[in-house]
Amino acid sequence: MMGIGLEHYLVVSAILFTLGVFGIFVNRKNVIVILMSVELILLAVNINLVAFSSFGHNLVGQVFALLILTVAAAEAAIGLAILVVYYRNRGSIAVEDINMMKG
Amino acid sequence: MTAHVPALMPALPELILASGALLLVLIGALRGESSHGFVHASSVLLLGLALLAIALGDGGTVVTFNGAFINDGFARFMKIAALAAALVSLVVSQGYLQRHKVEVFEYPLLVVLSTTGMLVMISAHDLIALYLGLELSSLSLYVIAAFRRDDLRSTEAGLKYFVLGALSSGMLLYGASLIYGFTGAVEFGAIVKALHGHAPTGVIFGLAFLMAGFAFKISAVPFHMWTPDVYEGAPTPVTTFFASAPKLAAMAMTVRVVMTAFPDVTHEWRQIVVFIALGSMVLGAFAAIGQTNIKRLLAYSSIGHVGYALVGLSAGTDAGVQGVVVYMSIYTVTTLGAFACVLGMRRDGHYVEDINDLAGLGRNNPALAFALAMIMFSLAGIPPLAGFFAKWYVFVAAVEAKFYALAIIGVLSSVVGAFYYLRIVKIVYFDDAKTAFDPLDSSLKAVILVSSLVIFLFWLYPAPLVNAASLAASSLH
Repeated sequence: MMGIGLEHYLVVSAILFTLGVFGIFVNRKNVIVILMSVELILLAVNINLVAFSSFGHNLVGQVFALLILTVAAAEAAIGLAILVVYYRNRGSIAVEDINMMKG
Repeated sequence: MTAHVPALMPALPELILASGALLLVLIGALRGESSHGFVHASSVLLLGLALLAIALGDGGTVVTFNGAFINDGFARFMKIAALAAALVSLVVSQGYLQRHKVEVFEYPLLVVLSTTGMLVMISAHDLIALYLGLELSSLSLYVIAAFRRDDLRSTEAGLKYFVLGALSSGMLLYGASLIYGFTGAVEFGAIVKALHGHAPTGVIFGLAFLMAGFAFKISAVPFHMWTPDVYEGAPTPVTTFFASAPKLAAMAMTVRVVMTAFPDVTHEWRQIVVFIALGSMVLGAFAAIGQTNIKRLLAYSSIGHVGYALVGLSAGTDAGVQGVVVYMSIYTVTTLGAFACVLGMRRDGHYVEDINDLAGLGRNNPALAFALAMIMFSLAGIPPLAGFFAKWYVFVAAVEAKFYALAIIGVLSSVVGAFYYLRIVKIVYFDDAKTAFDPLDSSLKAVILVSSLVIFLFWLYPAPLVNAASLAASSLH
């Protein structure tokens, strides 16, 4: 049986982070998906922090992760609120419709 | 085990703003919409009080909250500048809010809360405090960008700013987690000790992500994409705020992190700073040429100016940091004046934003036209105006650090950039006259007067700003 080391956690976190970033840039459909991708990025960071904290025997990383969870909740709330007012004005939340201003 | 209460006094300005904001939320919630005038005035007062608390506070360097918070000369200088900018942008917002019937008490409160976040950012001495300050300021900024909630452009600006801002916070955090993992510390002093003047690959990786997050916040290339859209879409007083205080605070945070947490691995972060400085200067010079919306034009101009300020940082010396501090202070004064002029562009009761609307200003309102021309000349960096000296300090620092190519490209791109500033002056004085603008609010007049006086007379007496900036820069180590 193979033990699970720090690097395994880091690889998972790196994959999740990349997925999150791609979810924001490649996604052409829906802004909700972007909000989910943002959560994925923050989740990747938390895995990183907790793994480092646990393997480095240093509690600061877990404190940091808890604070990130709190801020992520506030961020999601504000993001959804902005999305709602945008939907009321535009009648759509498709990414390609967010194009009033460009150049 | 006894609980240890940290020294609270160094954080007095933050405490004033935070507790004041909480009190005003209560007042606003209890008294409803009618409390707008009171909350607005009290918010201006709060910012003034915090400013006073810094100006009258003790000198020296104090680290408190278990190493998370530092109060030094650099923090005090940047905090005073950020508070003054927030105060001015709050004062000039009154007329606009009135005319668009969005006089609600949340607006001044969000400005105060985001300023609180900026002060924490400026004083942050570990990665956690830095992140929390950054998010407090960013979350409030997302909301005020979308503040005119029945206006499509404003909500679109808010949405774009939110999505890209959340992405950049994520990158910054990913960088912070790698730095924490490979040094075992979040406190800047402990990071320096753990690195021993040599950065492992993981830390360099983390530093690159961290710098990407910073580049977004200061709107430097290649993370500048949000700036033109948000500047154009957000209500003009909000744009005024965006262009001044948050930019200053984010620049202060960038300078502090690279100079106090990574002072011995200059080579690693310098490549990133040089790259984003070059990109920002060149893009700021070329992309603004085709713009006709003045807010969008000023957005590209701000990208360019951040590039010039970063030229000073890439030198990595005290003189370079002094240059950054001088540059950002002068840029803030200039940009506040410029946006006060934009807020004064009102014809038949409607705000106009096209640069061709400025035609005939030279005949209709010679004083405003002269002030606007001075502001544009200063942004272009023409001597003897303040903008020239700002560029002078950063370029001299770059040349002293033997960054000749960077300085030369900077000077060349500022020549290209002068084109669109001069085009505005040409429209103001030589194009066919249109009808006159509506009379200016007295607060706008005052801001434009002070801003153009500072720009115009800076060369007579530059010592106070330059010396204060030099003290601020030397307090960083």
